[in-house]
Amino acid sequence: MFNQCRLRLKMTERTHKKRVLVGKPGLDGHDRGAKFIAHALRDAGFEVVYTGIRRSPEEIAAAAIQEDVHAIGLSSLSGAHMRLFPAVVEALSKAGAPEIPVLGGGVIPDEDIVALKQAGIVEIFTPGTPVDTIIKAFHEACEKKSAG
Amino acid sequence: MTIDRLLEGLKARDPRAIGRAISLVENGDDCAEAILSSLDEDLIAKATVLGITGPPGAGKSTLTNAIISQLRLSRKRIGIIAIDPTSPISGGAILGDRIRMMQHATDPDVVMRSMATRGRLGGLCATAGAALRIMASCGCSTIIIETVGVGQSEMDIIRLADITLLVLAPGLGDDIQAMKAGLLEVADLLVVNKADCKGADILAMDLEAVIRKGSPIPTKVSMTVATESKGIKELLDRIDKVDSEHRESGEREKRRRGAHDQEVLDWCLEILRPKLLAEISKRKLPLLGDPRLEAKKILAEQ
Amino acid sequence: MAKHPKFAQWEENELAKSLNRFPERKEKFSNHGGAEIPRLATPEKIDTEYLEKLGFPGQYPFTRGVQPTMYRGRLWTMRQYAGFSTAAESNKRYRYLLDQGTTGLSVAFDLPTQIGYDSDDPMSVGEVGKVGVAIDSLADMETLFDQIPLDKVSTSMTINSPAAVLLAMYVAVGEKQGVAAENIKGTIQNDVLKEYVARGTYIFPPKPSLRLITNIFQWCSQKTPAFNTISISGYHIREAGATAVQEVAFTLANGCTYVQTALDAGLELDVFARRLAFFFNASSDLLEEVAKFRAARRLWARLMKERFGAKHPASLMLRFHTQTAGNTLTAQQIDNNIVRVTIQALAAVLGGTQSLHTNSKDEAHSLPTEESVRTALRTQQILAHESGVADTIDPLAGSYFIESLTDRIERDALSLIDKIEESGGVVKCIEEGFIQRQIENAAYQYQQEIERGDRIIVGVNKFQIKEDKKPPLLRVDPEVEKTQVAKLAAVKSNRNNEQVSRMLAGLETAARGSENLMPHIYDCVKEYATLGEICNVLRKVFGEYKDRG
Repeated sequence: MFNQCRLRLKMTERTHKKRVLVGKPGLDGHDRGAKFIAHALRDAGFEVVYTGIRRSPEEIAAAAIQEDVHAIGLSSLSGAHMRLFPAVVEALSKAGAPEIPVLGGGVIPDEDIVALKQAGIVEIFTPGTPVDTIIKAFHEACEKKSAG
Repeated sequence: MTIDRLLEGLKARDPRAIGRAISLVENGDDCAEAILSSLDEDLIAKATVLGITGPPGAGKSTLTNAIISQLRLSRKRIGIIAIDPTSPISGGAILGDRIRMMQHATDPDVVMRSMATRGRLGGLCATAGAALRIMASCGCSTIIIETVGVGQSEMDIIRLADITLLVLAPGLGDDIQAMKAGLLEVADLLVVNKADCKGADILAMDLEAVIRKGSPIPTKVSMTVATESKGIKELLDRIDKVDSEHRESGEREKRRRGAHDQEVLDWCLEILRPKLLAEISKRKLPLLGDPRLEAKKILAEQ
Repeated sequence: MAKHPKFAQWEENELAKSLNRFPERKEKFSNHGGAEIPRLATPEKIDTEYLEKLGFPGQYPFTRGVQPTMYRGRLWTMRQYAGFSTAAESNKRYRYLLDQGTTGLSVAFDLPTQIGYDSDDPMSVGEVGKVGVAIDSLADMETLFDQIPLDKVSTSMTINSPAAVLLAMYVAVGEKQGVAAENIKGTIQNDVLKEYVARGTYIFPPKPSLRLITNIFQWCSQKTPAFNTISISGYHIREAGATAVQEVAFTLANGCTYVQTALDAGLELDVFARRLAFFFNASSDLLEEVAKFRAARRLWARLMKERFGAKHPASLMLRFHTQTAGNTLTAQQIDNNIVRVTIQALAAVLGGTQSLHTNSKDEAHSLPTEESVRTALRTQQILAHESGVADTIDPLAGSYFIESLTDRIERDALSLIDKIEESGGVVKCIEEGFIQRQIENAAYQYQQEIERGDRIIVGVNKFQIKEDKKPPLLRVDPEVEKTQVAKLAAVKSNRNNEQVSRMLAGLETAARGSENLMPHIYDCVKEYATLGEICNVLRKVFGEYKDRG
């Protein structure tokens, strides 16, 4: 009756928008960076579901799934990224949406970046990364998700 | 996800399927029709759609959050659609309403979705209406649409609701007289939030004096302090009362018919728009030609 | 040239009183050639404008400083913010700093402690001991100050929402050491209003939080009169992206709110006002920062006098601690940060700060190593002993640029304060998001300037190099969380749990009423009730604040 249709999301101007969730897991309350990225993504045409501070990994994953986002952006300045970022990846997996890419930023030493990528985080942005680089990475992550 | 799996997921109330279905309909994907025709009409007919609108700063999201908490006490499955404006310059949007409702994020019986207006003059009702129906079809007995009541498209959305709450707060600088007449007309219930603040009682009195004329149901003013969950139960009781009265009097039917027609019109425009745009650019119309005549010509040839 | 009578008067009164309390650091301050460095340079002719706008240090309007001898009498307190992982480790770092010449301690707590969660709370996972020390009970506090005599040091605690609890613990430690409460010196940050707009470690909603703050004011004015009960902070507001004018405006507006709240609670202005302290940011624009500090002093003095009718000079003084701007530190070419911190510290000193924390060069990567902290401390010591800026008071006064900038900042800040007043006050503006939006817009603009290249950050968007060498970084041992949780369990089993329950119940009853909560909190703390247990009682009664985004 209904054919199986491969779901391709075309990026036409009015309809298909890239949706991203930006939030801060854990107790760190410094949201200047997260807010800046949320605004920058908005200015680059993304729809940004901004969930604020003090979110648990489970809350972030649940919201990301409900909002059917193409990517998630996390921020952490308190050093708890090694525990919290992979926890979000895990929560996504548990909730049945392991394909949503997770990108992260904040005060993160270089050695941790390797471990985080191994844990499934797609990209990590350290202080001083130009915003264009970050936006480009989100574009790519979203496109990969749509194609996959 | 294949379409069959998606439809199965919808029946199973899988959050992933629901989220994906709403996106597909919003994006006008080819599968939209398949999704929309698979929905449970019965559940849709039974659900109650609550519209919450009002000026920025009145505390709508906080109130919505308090309402959700209260409704969850009676184990109702709830859907929420929070609408925020798209930036006309960038085409992007910050959807920040759900921040105040994040405590419900992991509750499987609270289905939330943030939507951007996407700069549409038409089409917003269509997609919001479709999202509403998807939520109702997956068992949400109450669906809340929350939007700022400052634009025409937001006004139109509210007509999708069975019952509309207009939320105000003291000290926001609105004069009742200055407020767009449209909002007051559309509201079934008036809520003065931040009722613990100075000026709340005066605002309530002013509102009671401007009650919807000709309405068979007297619109009283409810007082709430959403941050402290005060007045919520009373508000919900009032909503229930209005709901039963609407069902009895046939008002609910009437509104649903109106909303349905509105949605159909919206879908017509939504579907026609790209075709018409393509047609217009193809013709390379002369600058000095009369736009209305050109339009009639194009339509006649459709 | 005859001295202006007002100058002579100042010398005979404020200055003489100060010299009686303690003399200047040297008999004579002179330069390398032997020429004497004057205490206070003034224009040859002192006119009414000078007296109104500048005056003399230690005298209204305090533009030139709050102490008559400033750094000639006592150098600013070199107070380095520190603390991480366990109380035992932090104790070691504090004793190291005291040995190296720090004159005051500054405690950094981890996020769970700042937000009132015990180390074994599910919310604390991954965060224990990361950004500061974990304090779950009085036992941890005792370890933290082991072998540190509380009558000999002054301790600043960066704690806000649960400040009442940590303060009670500190006083209890003093009591155990045999130090009388009235000799306890220090500061608690205790500035909840800025948490809602810039820092995020709030727990309860604004109204009950203000109640707790006035409870603290009251209790301390009787029990610990030498303790500063609040450090009204602009630092974090600036870090969040605010401009210098916004930093002054929002900080002083918050200050006025605290003053009004205390007055409404029946406290006496000239009794509690002298214990209000401030905390500002020292950013990289040297000249603007100096002007900012001077403007803040003058504006606060005027507000206290004209709006609140404060009489006692101590009530009009804006005493402040400064920290160099964390948000200017770069992860690239970190040695450059030493230069930045030097400029910022210089601004704070030329601006007349009472105490100063200098950041370490590696803090854009993680918490600083011992070596980096030492360099940061040496920066202050070099400024104090080698640069000469501490040998005369308010040296930049009279500069056309500095004075006009001071005037402008004062004017613009007052205008913003008035706007907040007209919009219903600080709490209203926080609830409406007005203050947050102002800060966000300023932050966004600043960042855009950097992205466009209109604002140069050396090493980041210009003068970059390819860096291979990785700096040695401090790592918090992940075992810390386990150790802390175990210690907490031990405390819970060794204490008198019945007593604890009783005390907590008493606290809950008091919280529902309107009495001062400090005595109840003190009782709970002495029985080794945990921070989380106490805060959960208060959460139950007061509710939790929800961010509006």
